[in-house]
This record gives sequence, structure tokens and C-alpha cells, in this order.
Amino acid sequence: MSSVADWEATPNPVKTNRAGLIGKPVDRYEGPLKVTGTAPYAYEVQPPSPPAYGVMIGAEIAVGRVTGADLAAARAAPGVLAVWTHENAPAQPPRGTKAHPRSSAGSRPALDGDRVTYWGQPVAFVVADTLENAVAAAHLVKLSYAPETPNVDFHGRLIDGVDPPGEKDVEVGDFEAGFKASPVQVDETWTTPIQNHCQMEPCASLAWWEGPDRCIAHTSVQMVKPAQHGLAETLGIDRDGVHLMTRYIGGGFGGKGQTYDDLTLAALAARELGRPVKVAFTRQQMMHGTIHRPATLQRVRLGAEKDGRLNAFSIMTWTHCHSDGAFTEHASNFARALYAAPNRLTGHRLVKLDLPHAGPMRAPGEASGTMSLEVAMDELAEKLGMDPVQLRIVNEPPVDPENGRPFSQRQLVRCLQEGAQLFGWDRRLPQPGQVRDGRWHVGLGMAAAIRGNFLLPAKCSFSVDAEGTITVRQGMTDIGTGTYTVLAQIAAETLGVPLGKVVVEIGDSELPPAPGSGGQFGAATAGSAALAAGVNLRRAVAELAVGDAGSPLHGGDPEAVTFQDGVIALENRSETLSDLIRRTRPEGLTVEGEIRPAQDAQRWSTQTYGAHFCEVGVDVVTGEVRVRRMLGVFAAGRILNAKTARSQLTGGMIWGVGAALTEGNAVDPRYGSLIAQDLAQYLVPAHADIGDLDAIMLDEVDDKANPMGIKGVGELGNSGASAAVANAIHNAVGVRVRDYPITPDKLLAALMARGL
Amino acid sequence: MRTTITVNGEARSLDLDPRTTLLDALREHLKLTGAKKGCDHGQCGACTVLVNGVRINACLSLAVMHDGDEVISIEGVGTPDRLHPVQVAFLNQDAFQCGYCTPGQICSTLGLLAELEAGHPSQETAPGAKPEFTGDEIRERMSGNICRCSAYPQIVAAIRQAAEQMA
Ligand code: FES
Ligand code: FES
Repeated sequence: MSSVADWEATPNPVKTNRAGLIGKPVDRYEGPLKVTGTAPYAYEVQPPSPPAYGVMIGAEIAVGRVTGADLAAARAAPGVLAVWTHENAPAQPPRGTKAHPRSSAGSRPALDGDRVTYWGQPVAFVVADTLENAVAAAHLVKLSYAPETPNVDFHGRLIDGVDPPGEKDVEVGDFEAGFKASPVQVDETWTTPIQNHCQMEPCASLAWWEGPDRCIAHTSVQMVKPAQHGLAETLGIDRDGVHLMTRYIGGGFGGKGQTYDDLTLAALAARELGRPVKVAFTRQQMMHGTIHRPATLQRVRLGAEKDGRLNAFSIMTWTHCHSDGAFTEHASNFARALYAAPNRLTGHRLVKLDLPHAGPMRAPGEASGTMSLEVAMDELAEKLGMDPVQLRIVNEPPVDPENGRPFSQRQLVRCLQEGAQLFGWDRRLPQPGQVRDGRWHVGLGMAAAIRGNFLLPAKCSFSVDAEGTITVRQGMTDIGTGTYTVLAQIAAETLGVPLGKVVVEIGDSELPPAPGSGGQFGAATAGSAALAAGVNLRRAVAELAVGDAGSPLHGGDPEAVTFQDGVIALENRSETLSDLIRRTRPEGLTVEGEIRPAQDAQRWSTQTYGAHFCEVGVDVVTGEVRVRRMLGVFAAGRILNAKTARSQLTGGMIWGVGAALTEGNAVDPRYGSLIAQDLAQYLVPAHADIGDLDAIMLDEVDDKANPMGIKGVGELGNSGASAAVANAIHNAVGVRVRDYPITPDKLLAALMARGL
Repeated sequence: MRTTITVNGEARSLDLDPRTTLLDALREHLKLTGAKKGCDHGQCGACTVLVNGVRINACLSLAVMHDGDEVISIEGVGTPDRLHPVQVAFLNQDAFQCGYCTPGQICSTLGLLAELEAGHPSQETAPGAKPEFTGDEIRERMSGNICRCSAYPQIVAAIRQAAEQMA
């Protein structure tokens, strides 16, 4: 097992970056396909014979039982091939079954009982020869229910909150005593609503069978292996019997970290009907049928000395999950590494409700948690009469304040200072409501950003063929993050070939396994495995050359062989990579590489950091808020591609703007359903909502994070962004709305309460 | 219903269910899957195509209504080997991430450039004035095309680059 010391001491091609491809803002590898509409997403793959179309029907109760189904009219409708409910769906192993003990996921049966546990749960399924016939027949299915009263009132059931499984509050020092003794205090409560991922591509699957033991499935999922294993377990076939592909994914954001009933039903129906079947969620079905970020209530208490130093700090989060679930939105966790304070208390309370499944959504924990703490810091700065940037600098910890571990890298202060300078923070007037621009009250706000960094085990293979082309193969995914591109860069840099000589194949269960995209661990994990494979291929090629009597490099030291512009060389002796392979291995050469977390990785506190600065305009007559300017400055290790990384960061920042101002889904307490069921009601940011917005990345190498010294950026931009918007609103008009999103109705009510 | 639509310059004769949307006719019948289905309700713009030179949401229109119409979908704009300047600009500016909204954004951009050229006003245009090529005009006119990956700043940059190159 490797250690951090090995990583730091060992040179590698990414660190050397001889051709300068690492970090270079190259265009996306798969970009030409995406801009021409020729990248096939799951529903668009052309199967070997014409597909049948499946349509799912969701429950119209939140909790209870399906008591009957009148399917006659649907069955008799034109083109209908199958109509299923739990009564006649094919038998599947009980949920979670693992016939193969090492499966990375258990079975996920669909239509497996009469019990309904959330509104919109798929309870019936229609397959027809065309989409139109399937949709029409679905309207003819008549279901009856025995509904029970749904328990969906989160704020009314806070009292039911319990510690999440296996967790306890974390206290350092004596929080209550420290807080009481503090001369300056903040004690406020924030609420965040349910949020939906709203990936532009609704979940979709296409499946067909090649014999009784072989299912070919295309789906839209962030993690390949659990999808493959879960489907095999559900179908009761060998794990290798499922060939699962997810080559292009129309957005994930955590919501496609798992598969849904579209995949199970497509595969089952394809088997029953003996033809390909495809099934897509409708936009409306996505809201209930896939996971969401759960609502939270967060109480933040800050106790400070008059000089701003925190003496006591606490963030306690209440949140909810599905009645059978345990997912916890860890909105308090990130704060443990953020600011120094001798007395600290953090924890979570989980309430089980009859709502759809809660689950991870971009920056789970940080995105919600910074919406309270980073505003509380602004409130504290105001009470202290201190600049909010300065307050954060004063509370900068020398080591991780919770566990005493040294930081692997921490440039939060530099992010704050450089951001303040670039943004023109010195022009901010601390007294709110001082700046007018026509009908707009203008305010500036800032917030810090933090997001953990992770490395998981992964494998990758590299091949070189007689043309000198390098093929990277990995069961990894690209959900828009840039995986294809950074893998190509690592391969080209490592083997010394131009980018045009690299082929990247990912999103396939038959390729070397990688954990997929999530938790902003993708690039570091997949990339480190790719680097390992690249280094192994270099060694194999070098040994081939020095061992081949026909090579000009024959007899030399394999360690000294260099790779550049498709040429391998030893001092003044050289030949092309393709000549060597054509002569010695005309069939090509393939090697694997692997990454595992370092045994001593836990000795450091490894995070990514940033600072957001935002200028808003607030119209106090209409309550409208406009983000006029926003800048994020981030430190996240070595950057593999300055173009795609910036896009990840700006994308995350815009998510923060949405969460601050428009995004949220309310629960209808009568039915236990979500009110917003489409994109006209659930308001994600649109073009006109986003003005001048940019992200800057500081130079950094974090050699303790992984052999490449990189960290993730996919979620960092989201962390803290909403708080910067909220703080800017306060600076503009002097009121705080602690119930997100900050919509015109709430803002106007707050202004009126202040007599404004 | 027998319907003939000229798609990307080629007359295509189809026997269509009258309930089939233009979007599904393209995607499921003609296998032109570049136009995307993001909502099927006219709320996202992923299905944007040009019909007789004007951008529309293909999911909101029945295919049989387009007998005799000229439809340009993303496949008719350019190919991976021969990209249109708007496609080059999207690639250069990284104006997409997952790529699912992208064909719609690009078709919408072509519609927008034509509308500006023709002087059609928007909400951002001063009353009676000819619209100018400003960031606000671009953002207003592109707001029917949602990008959940939130490539908005990059899309605006791409539209500027494309307009410059096409001028
Ligand atoms: S699919 Fe047509 S607007 Fe969304
Ligand atoms: S690129 Fe993913 S939605 Fe726009």
C-alpha cells in the first residue's frame, strides 16, 4: 500500500508536465459530438431491432396500499404489449438481495408489492409499440388505493428527530459554558427547503437481451458497478450477464448516483417481450420518483470575543429522510474544519417522513450548511462592527480545529484576500442600504467555501496500438464534469503523444472499475488510476524497446527512456512509438494501473477552499433580487484543465444563486406530494438570472491528496455561494430572510416589518 | 397520416400518428436524436429546432402540422468534421458540460442571431429602437433554454464569439 510520503517523493509525468498538457484549457474531448447532437444518451442508442416503449405510472397517494387495478381498458388499447402492477409483474428477489456476496449493490425490484411509501412511487407499467400508444394506455389504467394519513410535516415533527444511525453529536470543550461567557453572540435559525436536481436529461433506460443470461442495458447513471450489480441481482442472473453502459449522461449532480425503476422495468419487459424496451421518466415523474435534497432546519450559535475570535460555535441540523431510509443531509459536518473555536458542538437530527427518498445533491451538507453558518458569520461581523473578510481571517485555525490534524493545504485566507481585491470589496459600505442605482438598492456580500476531498480505489487500463494510439479504458463516467477530457490529457502527457492520438472509452461495466462521479472525487480517483496505468505502460514500452534487438534503444536503461511527440528516446537514439509497437507487438500492448487511498492519508485534514463575492440589486417595491456580479476564488490543488474546471466552479456558483433566490419545493400536506412538479414551477436559474459571474483558481499543488496533487472542484463552487447572495441582500437593504429561498414575498414582508 | 417534412434539406415522407410531436418524429422516427427531450412541455428549450428559419420548441408542436415545412435540427447545422461557427464557439468557450441542453442552445442561438439581424425587439430593447447585440439582449433572448449545468456565462461568451466570426 502506498503512503503519502511515497506520493510526495516520487516524480511522475503529471508533476513533471513536460508537454504542458496538464492544466491546459483544452476543449472537451467529446465536445464535437455534443455540439452536433451526435453523442447518444441512453434513450437515443439505436438497439438491434425496433424498441417497445414503456411508461411508468406513479402512485397518487403517499402512503398506504394499492388495493385493486382495472387493467382491461389499457390492455385492449391499440399497440399495448404489457400492463403490469405488483399483481402480475415478474417475480424478483426481495429488495437488497445479494446472491453474489461481493455485489456492490443489492437487488432493486420494481412493482414488488402493494405497499406505497411515497407519492409518485411507480405502481403500474405499460408497454406498447409506440410512445403515443403507451402514454394513451397508461391513462386507461385505473388503480384503487387504501390511503393512510401521510406523515410529511417536517417542521411539525422536529420533535421526532433522532441521531442518524451510528452518529453522535461532536462536542469539543464545553460549548454551553463557552457560549454563555461570550460577550458577543449570534443565535439564529435558518431553514432550507427540499430541492430537486432537475438534470436536463430525465432518467432513462434502454435494454435488450442476447440470450437468457445476457442483458444489454444503456442507462443514465453516475456509478457503473452498483448499477450493473444491482440490475443483475434484480434479474437473478450472473453479474457479468449484465453489460451496462452509460456513455453520455445529461447531468447527474448526485441524483443519478443510483438507478431507478426505469432500468429494472426496461430489462424485465425486454426479457418478457423478447424485444428491446426503453423507458424514460417524464419531467413530472423526476420530482417524486428520484431523490431530492431534503429540507433542513439549522440552529447556529456563535459566541465571540470583542476582537472577533470565536470562543464557542455550534451548528445543529434537523433534516428528514424517507420512512425506509437513513440518508442524512450532513449540513453541520463541514463546519468542523472551518473556523477555530475552543468550544464546539455540531450534530444532526433525522426525522423519518412519508416523503420521497432524500439523497445526495451537489455538495451534500456543504450546500445547505453554508447557507446558515456563512450568514451567521456575516451577522456576527455586523454585531462586532468588523469586516466580514477580516472576521474569517481572525478565526483561521493553524490546524484542523476539531481533530488537530495538520492541513494538507489550506489557502482560504489567500482566496479571501485575492477575491476581495479583485472584486473591489473595499468599496463596500458596511452600513446597509447606502447605495442606490436607479430603482436598485445595491449591496455586496461574501462567504467562505469549503468542501472535503476524497480518494477512492479505482483501476484503469491503457493500451497502445501499432499506430501509436493510446486507448484509455475505465468504468468511469462523465456527467459533464470533463472526465473524458482530463483522462485524455493525463494519457497524452504521460505517454508523450499528442491529444489527437488518445482514445478514451468510459461508461461501460466491462471496463476496469472506477467508483464513478460523485462527491467531487471523480477526477482525483479516476485520474490517479489513469496515471498509474500510464506509468505502467511507459515502463512496459521502455522495457520492450531496450529488450528488442531491432530497436535503436536496445540495451539501454529503461528508466532513462523519454516520451515526447510520439517518439521514445534515449539520449540521441530514438524511434517512434508506433514503429516499436508495430515491430514488436503488432497486436498492441495493454496494461492496468490502480490507485488506493494512502495508508496514512488520515493524518491530514484535506479540503478544498474558496471565497465568494457577490453584488446584488434589490428592488424594494417588487422585492426582486438581481445578481449583478459574482466572483469566486478557489484553491483546489493542481488543476487538470483550466477550462473545464472553471466551468464546474461557475456552474456550482450558479447553483448557489438558484438555492438562494428561487429553488425550493413545498410539500402538500394533504397528499404528501411535492407542489412543484415541473420546470415552470421549480425555478432553476435561467440565462437572464445570471449576470457577470466568474471563477478564478489559485495555484496550488496538494501532494498529500493523491499522486497528482489534484483535488475536486465539482461541488466546491456550490458551497457558500448562496450565503454570499444572502449577505449581499442584507448589505443592500438591511434585512435578513433566514427562510430560503429569499423570494420577493418574503423579502417584502421583512422590509415591511422594518417599516421600509 | 402521411406527412412530408423537409428535414435538414432532405424531403422526408412519414406515416405518422397524429399525436406524434415534431420532437418525437425527429427522435423516434427519423432517428435524429440531436434535439433533446428535457420536459416535453415547452419549459426547457432542449428540443429547440428551426422551422422555416424560426426557432420553436419541437415538443410543443405536432408533427402532422408541419407538412411542407422546412425543419433544421442540430444535425443540419454542422457535423463533427465540419462544425458551424456557433458550434466551434460553444466548443472553444466550454459553453456546455453534460451537453444535453446544447443542441437546443445552439439552434436557439441561430434563431437569436437571425432575430437580431431582422431587428425584432425583445423585453430588453428600448421602445422603438433597433435591438443591439448586448449581453442583456442575449441573456433575455436565450432564457427559454435552460442549462442545469449552468454554463450560462460560457454560452454568452460563445454567442459573442460566433457573432464576431460570422460578421
Ligand atoms: S423538451 Fe421541449 S421545451 Fe423542454
Ligand atoms: S450542458 Fe448540461 S444542461 Fe446545459
